[in-house]
Amino acid sequence: MTATQTSPAKPKTRGRWWWAPYLGIAAIVVYCLAPFYWMLVSSLRRTNDIFDSAPLPSPVSLDSYGAAFAPGNGFVRSLGNSFFVAGTTTALVLIIGILTAYALARLDFRFKNVVLAIIITTSMFPGISLLVPLLELFSGIGWINTYQAMIVPSMSFALPLAVWNLTAFFRQMPLELEEAAQIDGCTPAQAFRKVILPLAAPGVFTTAIITFIAAWNEFIIALSVVNQRELKTAPVITSQFTGSTAFDSPFGTQMAAGVIVTIPLVILVLLFQRRIVAGLTAGGVK
Amino acid sequence: MVTQGRVKRAVAVAAALALGVSACGSETESPGQSTAPPALDGVGPITLVTGKDTSGNLQNQLDGWNAAHPDQKVTLIELPEDADAQRQQMVQNAQTGSDTYTVLNLDVVWTAEFAANQWVTQLPESEFPLDKLLPATVETAKYFKRLYGIPVASDGGLLYYRKDLLDAAGVQPPTTWAELDAACAKIVPANPGLSCYAGQFEKYEGLTVNFSEAVNSAGGEVVGEDGKPVVNSENAKKGLDFLVEGVKSGRIPQKARTFKEEEGRRAFQAGELLFHRQWPYQYAEANATDGSSAVAGKFAVAPLPGLDGLGASTLGGHNYAISSFAKNKKTALDFIKHMVDEKQQRENLEKTSIAPTWASLYDEQALIEKFPYLTELKTSIEKAKKRPAVVKYQEVSSAIQEAAYSAMSGTTSSADALAKLQTRLEELTKG
Amino acid sequence: MATLIDAPITPEPPAKAPVGRKAGVGRLAALLVSPTLLVLGLVVAYPIVSALRLAFYQRNDGVDPETGLRLTGDRFVGIDNFTDMFVGDAGERFRNALLNTTTFTIVAVSLEVVLGILMALVMHKAFKGRALVRASILVPWAVPTAIAGLLWRWIFQADGVANDLLPGDPVLWTTDGIQAWFAVIIADTWKTAPFIGLLVLAGLQVISNEVYEAAKLDGASPWKTFWSITLPLVKPTLMVAVLFRILDTLRMFDLPYTLIGPGKNATDTVTVIAFEEAVKFGKYGPASAYAIFLFLYVAVVAFVFVRLLGADVVGARSGRNR
Repeated sequence: MTATQTSPAKPKTRGRWWWAPYLGIAAIVVYCLAPFYWMLVSSLRRTNDIFDSAPLPSPVSLDSYGAAFAPGNGFVRSLGNSFFVAGTTTALVLIIGILTAYALARLDFRFKNVVLAIIITTSMFPGISLLVPLLELFSGIGWINTYQAMIVPSMSFALPLAVWNLTAFFRQMPLELEEAAQIDGCTPAQAFRKVILPLAAPGVFTTAIITFIAAWNEFIIALSVVNQRELKTAPVITSQFTGSTAFDSPFGTQMAAGVIVTIPLVILVLLFQRRIVAGLTAGGVK
Repeated sequence: MVTQGRVKRAVAVAAALALGVSACGSETESPGQSTAPPALDGVGPITLVTGKDTSGNLQNQLDGWNAAHPDQKVTLIELPEDADAQRQQMVQNAQTGSDTYTVLNLDVVWTAEFAANQWVTQLPESEFPLDKLLPATVETAKYFKRLYGIPVASDGGLLYYRKDLLDAAGVQPPTTWAELDAACAKIVPANPGLSCYAGQFEKYEGLTVNFSEAVNSAGGEVVGEDGKPVVNSENAKKGLDFLVEGVKSGRIPQKARTFKEEEGRRAFQAGELLFHRQWPYQYAEANATDGSSAVAGKFAVAPLPGLDGLGASTLGGHNYAISSFAKNKKTALDFIKHMVDEKQQRENLEKTSIAPTWASLYDEQALIEKFPYLTELKTSIEKAKKRPAVVKYQEVSSAIQEAAYSAMSGTTSSADALAKLQTRLEELTKG
Repeated sequence: MATLIDAPITPEPPAKAPVGRKAGVGRLAALLVSPTLLVLGLVVAYPIVSALRLAFYQRNDGVDPETGLRLTGDRFVGIDNFTDMFVGDAGERFRNALLNTTTFTIVAVSLEVVLGILMALVMHKAFKGRALVRASILVPWAVPTAIAGLLWRWIFQADGVANDLLPGDPVLWTTDGIQAWFAVIIADTWKTAPFIGLLVLAGLQVISNEVYEAAKLDGASPWKTFWSITLPLVKPTLMVAVLFRILDTLRMFDLPYTLIGPGKNATDTVTVIAFEEAVKFGKYGPASAYAIFLFLYVAVVAFVFVRLLGADVVGARSGRNR
């Protein structure tokens, strides 16, 4: 890799610009949070003040949350469904994806490039055009109103990125480590599990997060393949919230639902992030 | 490759299924040859498919039916709020030939498409009290003189106006566009923050409604009685110009080009509009005294004005139809009869303020007291024009929206927009 | 498609593997790869095959003059659906959508790369409160797309908070025009820059500190360190992230559809018009032709991207670690 050249060395000082990175950090945080903040504030207004543009809701009201959790909506059940669908999708994608990525990164076999190309090719077809044929297929095999009708498409949407990303990560791992492990008497599978996987933890967890969020947010397939309320996921149920009339979309309630489905994800991401750091220190990259 | 065989087989199976499905779609029962509707048999559980029930009353009504018919239970299938999404789900269900959906709650403009594609079944007129319903609403359920749905809800446009401001200025509610202009000229300048007029002008179905109303109210037509487009006419141009000139002169505020029903309602309720073309649902909301409306008690409704006299509304509403692919059609028939009945409709009006189709309800004194707009609404519905009943309604509507939107945003002259629309409509309605 | 990935990724002959294992490796590889291909085959292959067939058919037009019933069946129309894409009004609409699709991709992905790298650097930096900063950066991406569309529509409406914050006359963001294009870019960048940030962050975290320490000892400026060390080292993950963002943005649907609405010249993308043709108008032939054209377009763009910028997307650093 490019060797770093020694530039005319300036003596390191805590320059006048030491605060600049912090300003940058603050700017990025504000940029990311401002729209979400607006979502939060809107969800905490009373239905009648929803059009206020004051930066703080006054008075604060939990009406919208009450409405989101109203028994008739089945919102709690839908959260459970979302967790189940996204969780299963993530677990399966990781297992399948890691196997495939390992083969692509470490095994030498014919058609490797063809396989890589096929996998990414499936990410090139407009997802929205999959809808009608999929629906025909699923009605044909009796998958309408089943969890797998939501899980399998989500898996197929997440797999290409998962495989490519994991392959890139596994490739970065030094081959010598594995060889050393094999010399120590590990089988290739053991070497992979005990040496490579822990080292690639950041990549694996990142892939997990990405898959989970993508599956959690999937809307159009879940909307079309399931019509029993007991099976609907949170985004679908949210789209069916209603206001007092057919024309009125209950913005406050939808924003409350948005906050509720976003927060668990953020917590989850934070937990996973810890794991990434833990994985690193445990592995002790060369 | 190991998987290739399996994949191939899966594809083959799937393809066979798909072909089978489309064959079903086109060949099952073709009632085409005779005018007599097919027999509707089968008794047992069914589903009612509709946009979400906003009032909760629908479930009550179903509970009532289910208690009386334990072996013919009706299950509610709720679709998203958005009308396009509802239609999409129903079409997909029909295209896959699924029997999941039994009774469909169709928007009046979908009738032709669903009937012509044989996604819904023809209904026997003699089974229903059609003579008790508003004739205009029954017309929306017919396609080529055959009945495909039963109107359960209607809708007509009304002119909401600020009675307080008109009274203070000594102005009568306008019956023509000229009077509307005059009223605005007199009142608007003295009231900062007030605009003259708005309807639904975002590029969506609402624009089709408002454009058709303008054209009809100027004595023009979009599609004639014989199904031929006649939109490139002098009168149609006067109608479109009412909207185009409105935007140009500021009579219609710029931001009204982003209005759907709710945006307009909010503007009216905030006291920003002197006149507002809107459906009846706004009445109760704008009269709410919980602080959400600045115009509670200060407005009234009138029929829509037109070029040389009262205008004509575009007809809205919903019909119940029976999916061709459903089982238990006899139950579906009985259920629809039950729902369209006077008793159910009265209850529905009282609880949800949805405009009924049962004509005599509009003349009941007790109901008029509760819903003071009923008389105007009845006039509006009776005089209302339906939107073109054509198979390719969605494309027709898109073409109309394109013409009206480009003319109103000033990118095309109204003459050019109408000429282009005429050509497009001729393509879409031929054959 | 086989040529998508450039040179075979075989940095060294597997000379170390015993000869007898060679066949076994092939079988093992097939075993490991097949579940992925099976899932993709079930969900994606059938629709592609089906679209390929439909693209050469059109629904029979016209209605029975007596009954009004629509003629049934499809007819084979050869490549008409493809040639129709380039003529008349439909052709104009399609070219416009293709242009929008392309400009959205170039502008949005560029912005997202810059922002995403910045976010990754911020998340990687050790300082107090890092966990909170990380959480905030990931918030936009965790908001469900369907709800994010509503949120931005709310922000951008005529009386919305965006106009409250901006000076001057209110901007009608959702009306047809360049402002709608910007609204989509703003919302898309906000939503997906964290995705690139997250992937790059993972790439940053496998770079060992020693590399940086060495650079420090050499007296490299932070700027120089970033360009000559950090960026090359995260390139493989960054390239994967960018590639998938390009694929996604070329197929963008939700934001133009929910935020601005279909039928607006400034924001209609190819998927929006394909969706309208299929789902709204029931014209599966032309819709499939659009989908297939877009599919090929995406494939070409991906190929060019991989060729020009990241021929070694997957082979990345196989050489370095030798």
